[in-house]
Amino acid sequence: MTRGMRNHVWVWVAVGLVVVAAVGFISYQSYARPGKNLTLATTTSTQDSGLLDVLIPAFEKASGIKVKVVAVGTGQSIEIARRGDADVVLVHARKLEDQFVADGQGINRRDVMYNDFVVVGPPGDPAGIKGMKDAAAAFAKIAQAKASFVSRGDKSGTNVKENEVWAAAQVKPAGSWYLSAGAGMDEALRLASEKGAYTLSDRATYLATKDKYKLDIVVEGDKILYNPYGVIAVNPKVHPNVNYRGAMAFINFITGPEGRKIIGDFGRDRFGQPLFTPWPQGQ
Amino acid sequence: MSLIASLDPELYQIVFLSVVVSGTASILGALAGVPAGALLAFRRFPGRTLLIRVVYTLMGLPPVLAGLLVYLLLSSQGPFGRARLLFTPAAMVIVQFILVFPIVTGLTLVAVRDRDRLVRDTALALGATRWQADLAVIGESRRAIGAAVMAAFGRAIAEVGAVMLVGGNIQWQTRVMTTAIVLETRQGRFDVAIALGLILLALAFAVNTLVGQVTPMAGGKLDENP
Repeated sequence: MTRGMRNHVWVWVAVGLVVVAAVGFISYQSYARPGKNLTLATTTSTQDSGLLDVLIPAFEKASGIKVKVVAVGTGQSIEIARRGDADVVLVHARKLEDQFVADGQGINRRDVMYNDFVVVGPPGDPAGIKGMKDAAAAFAKIAQAKASFVSRGDKSGTNVKENEVWAAAQVKPAGSWYLSAGAGMDEALRLASEKGAYTLSDRATYLATKDKYKLDIVVEGDKILYNPYGVIAVNPKVHPNVNYRGAMAFINFITGPEGRKIIGDFGRDRFGQPLFTPWPQGQ
Repeated sequence: MSLIASLDPELYQIVFLSVVVSGTASILGALAGVPAGALLAFRRFPGRTLLIRVVYTLMGLPPVLAGLLVYLLLSSQGPFGRARLLFTPAAMVIVQFILVFPIVTGLTLVAVRDRDRLVRDTALALGATRWQADLAVIGESRRAIGAAVMAAFGRAIAEVGAVMLVGGNIQWQTRVMTTAIVLETRQGRFDVAIALGLILLALAFAVNTLVGQVTPMAGGKLDENP
């Protein structure tokens, strides 16, 4: 009986200590020193490209600011910024960016870099568009042939660009050939590969995954496929608690000489070509 | 297998954070849920039936919905925005607590109700006060309550939607095993994702075993064969 009671007490003491330790740990991890933390809302494809894994540590080292990178879909990213839950946003959806600034939510928008999108498709090229220079015309041919096409359907930068091309082709895609997936880029590529469908992809993700999937580039180089990235600070007048100085430090870093060098070199060793082009200066 | 052997510090950080977040939420959920469940079982009061139904319903609260609601509460524009808890482990513990509390409450309620009659009568016959009888029933139901806490922990460590929304899956800071699995899957690294999943299962098994050993020692005064 005595042994049982002693165990009894020790178990509760142990549990109590564990809880105190855990709560202490969590609280310590969750405490944010104001000014020393920057929350960057960006997109999943930006994160997946790997650029941030190089760019962010360089910025942290240069500025002493700790960066929290929240990578979600473009729409969610901007919504987070609209709520003042992020200090700065890096996305590639010009229309949404412009709206964000026009609404007074974002200020000091700068062009950072661009990469491009490519139209990829199955090796058999059922719609016969390989080598075409006009993306909109290619899309029109896909619709006409009712060749399978996978859309990300998630309001991502890629999805926004895809809709732009459909609009330029004056086609409203609909029908069983048009598969709207609600998926990330890699998932969409996988789906396209499995179903022998076309899709629009950013070049970086395509290059990074090309060995896994049966997809070839069919259309590239058209200006409409350019994918420019913009960085915007969240307006401190609307959200007084944001780290505006940190946001500006980040913006200045990535558009300045050190950031541009990192961006311009990124991807060279892995793919033989850089994945991004820093935005030409003075434009 | 090579993933574990590689002693990757990031992997250990992810596992550690998963255990701490879900463990804390489960323990806090148990500390709050067991008394709550017992009270619901023992005391009669107006609205009791309704409250019990609400608890049962909340046991099935979709994690991603809980995540969205907590996100809105903790958001800069939300009522608790000043606390700056969004995208921190604290926010993750909070949301998992919300998911886990009804589960522990509901299952404790059921566990205790089953044992109530026999144990209570015996305790009262041995001269216990009402409170002592209550504690005796709880003590005798400890195995089922332990199972309830394990179910709660299982729910917490396996969920992904809520912690993704309020935590943000930030590397080194709020990335846990489930959100890491989503990331690896999204980037097409299925083998890493599966490895993480297996580690998660092994972890749940280990915690299960640990709690199974500990529960019998946690209380109970009447004799019982383990």
